[in-house]
Amino acid sequence: MTIEKRSSAFEYAPAPESRAVVDIAPSYGLFIDGEFVDAAEGRVFKTISPSTEEVLSEVAQAGEADVERAVKAARKAFEKWSALPGAERAKYLFRIARIIQERSRELAVLETLDNGKPIKETRDADLPLVAAHFFYYAGWADKLDHAGFGANPRPLGVAGQVIPWNFPLLMLAWKIAPALATGNTVVLKPAETTPLSALFFADICRQAGLPKGVVNILPGYGDTGAALVAHPDVNKVAFTGSTAVGKEIARTVAGTRKKVTLELGGKGANIVFDDAPIDQAVEGIVTGIFFNQGQVCCAGSRLLVQESIQEELLDSLKRRLSTLRLGDPLDKNTDIGAINSAEQLARITSLVEAGEAEGAERWSPACELPSSGYWFAPTLFTNVTQAHTIARDEIFGPVLSVLSFRTPDEAVAKANNTQYGLSAGIWTEKGSRILAVANKLRAGVVWSNTFNKFDPTSPFGGYKESGFGREGGRHGLEAYLDV
Amino acid sequence: MSDPRVDTRLSVFKTYKLYVGGKFPRSESGRVYEVSDAKGNWLANAPLSSRKDARDAVVAARKAFGGWAGATAYNRGQILYRVAEMLEGRREQFVREVADAEGLSKPKATAQVDAAIDRWVWYAGWTDKIAQVVGGGNPVAGPYFNLSSPEPTGVVVVLAPQESSFLGLVSVLAPVIATGNTAIVIASEKSPLPALSLGEVLATSDVPGGVVNILSGRTAEITPSLAAHQDVNAIDLAGADEVLAKELEIAAADNLKRVLRPQTVDNAQWFATPGTERMTAFLETKTVWHPTGSLGASGSSY
Repeated sequence: MTIEKRSSAFEYAPAPESRAVVDIAPSYGLFIDGEFVDAAEGRVFKTISPSTEEVLSEVAQAGEADVERAVKAARKAFEKWSALPGAERAKYLFRIARIIQERSRELAVLETLDNGKPIKETRDADLPLVAAHFFYYAGWADKLDHAGFGANPRPLGVAGQVIPWNFPLLMLAWKIAPALATGNTVVLKPAETTPLSALFFADICRQAGLPKGVVNILPGYGDTGAALVAHPDVNKVAFTGSTAVGKEIARTVAGTRKKVTLELGGKGANIVFDDAPIDQAVEGIVTGIFFNQGQVCCAGSRLLVQESIQEELLDSLKRRLSTLRLGDPLDKNTDIGAINSAEQLARITSLVEAGEAEGAERWSPACELPSSGYWFAPTLFTNVTQAHTIARDEIFGPVLSVLSFRTPDEAVAKANNTQYGLSAGIWTEKGSRILAVANKLRAGVVWSNTFNKFDPTSPFGGYKESGFGREGGRHGLEAYLDV
Repeated sequence: MSDPRVDTRLSVFKTYKLYVGGKFPRSESGRVYEVSDAKGNWLANAPLSSRKDARDAVVAARKAFGGWAGATAYNRGQILYRVAEMLEGRREQFVREVADAEGLSKPKATAQVDAAIDRWVWYAGWTDKIAQVVGGGNPVAGPYFNLSSPEPTGVVVVLAPQESSFLGLVSVLAPVIATGNTAIVIASEKSPLPALSLGEVLATSDVPGGVVNILSGRTAEITPSLAAHQDVNAIDLAGADEVLAKELEIAAADNLKRVLRPQTVDNAQWFATPGTERMTAFLETKTVWHPTGSLGASGSSY
């Protein structure tokens, strides 16, 4: 009996989460100065559910005039917001955190609909972390004198923030929580494929009684983000997204006084040594690359396996991949949801084809893809060399490249052989080896015997072309303070 | 009758050379330029570095990086302190050079040199403390050990301040190497001689070759290729004017170099005790996670 047959004999009953908890309006405006308003040019765009291609809502598309309006509102609000005692700012953030907890089921379903990621992840990872970020930074608001940046550190002013579509609400929390805690006001542009949770967040700001203009949300495309970043009255730019756009932003802010932090791409190495606990490592590899369909900047997309255990590990890994369940993201049993957009699916597809064309060996488990929506089966490549496109370029999808090594030095050299430096993983039972290897890896986050762990108290950010600055933790405050 | 030897003795001029990879090469270009004192009197010819010299300096700095970054913080502190010791011994020479370069009286030049020596001592003491000040354990909500530590960014290009030829130079160079980076210094264009002499001190202070590389010449000519160099990790624009600073910052975006923008610092301000910003600007934060496991939830009372 083959594995496929056995799994069909014990098919899971569908366990869908109800959509009824979320009420999506047919259209949304921009959120400026505490009000939902139409875009000045009257433009709108549709946001769809990537798993079904169903139109969820029509959203106003911000242009330059709207950026102008929002920055003006944020500037006006800055005066009072920054002058507010930290303890009062803290209370607003605590309120927001609590409301997020209260509405977390609604937000989880919403995020799953708009982004395509499994409900299991929005419910158990995204939303708890979103609330935790607001709680963590709330507590800093009245303790900034103790943050190690000298007495009385000052906010910068208006923060222009541009976030990606892979963790829409979590990225919003990473950006807005520290900005508000330190006394800045914000204009945030969510990604064009996932604007909804940011607009729901606007409603949370309303419920929390946050003063008008402190948070402004401008859905739009890249040109909206570019206008925001270039706006002369923006004091701080925070961006999470592709390395190419990050470089463009670095050029835009050159010669200005704007402070900038960039969280960019990655090509994380996940290094498995011969003494690693295989089953745990396999789980870590799966989490590392298949969490959020691999659409994670710190994904462990390059698996480096010590040659002596390669065969055993690959057998185990393939067996595990065969048990992953791909399908309806709202189903609580789903492990792999939809790819965020048709465009992203096309990008993944073309890189994977390049991998095959260059001679790497492609493997996927038997896996039926739904007929509508954007889907990509979990994929792994063997016979990959460092020169291959798939080993060098960020694929940003559920695709794992497997390379091997013989010695720890070789592992380190291969892991560091990339222009990126965001994350890495180490799997070994030997403590001294963990510390020695972690020491030599040029990456901002090193997970040893675990992977893809996040926490608001823990700084996150990259070396080299993975960007600069850190988000999270005490370090994350620096980006929003005049230090 | 006077001693004829005194009257006829010709002083020995010094040939100033670059300091690259622990050696003292002339510029690959074979070019020099005239360096004058504040009154316009000729002092010496300084090497006019080429882009090739700059590339050689990057190679030397990259080669030295692993060893220097991997040295213990204690060892780096010892070496920085050794620089101060060696400078103290050649104090008179630097007072003369700084006085000539900047047109200062002897007491004023002495104050500059003394402050510069003290600055080496100050940074020598920082090497094994910065990690404790800017790193630390993070109380994550889960059974994980989670530690953030600062690490050097890599190869840093430093445009030394144009006006403060020695105190300013030391104030921007010492923090870069204190934390384990290696440096390529572009000396003050008008007053490069104290910087070039500093190379001679570094060479005899146990600073490994390549950790500091000193180039003299036209700042605007040498720096664009360094700002665009793919193997440079960071750039300190202290000695750049507004136009050049913007141009270099744009070039630096190509591989997302860390950029420290020029700050308005007048000569008197260099005397002030620095903060940690010049160190932290060229540090990365590495965060390492590890499961701690759990010894059960029975609740030992220690």
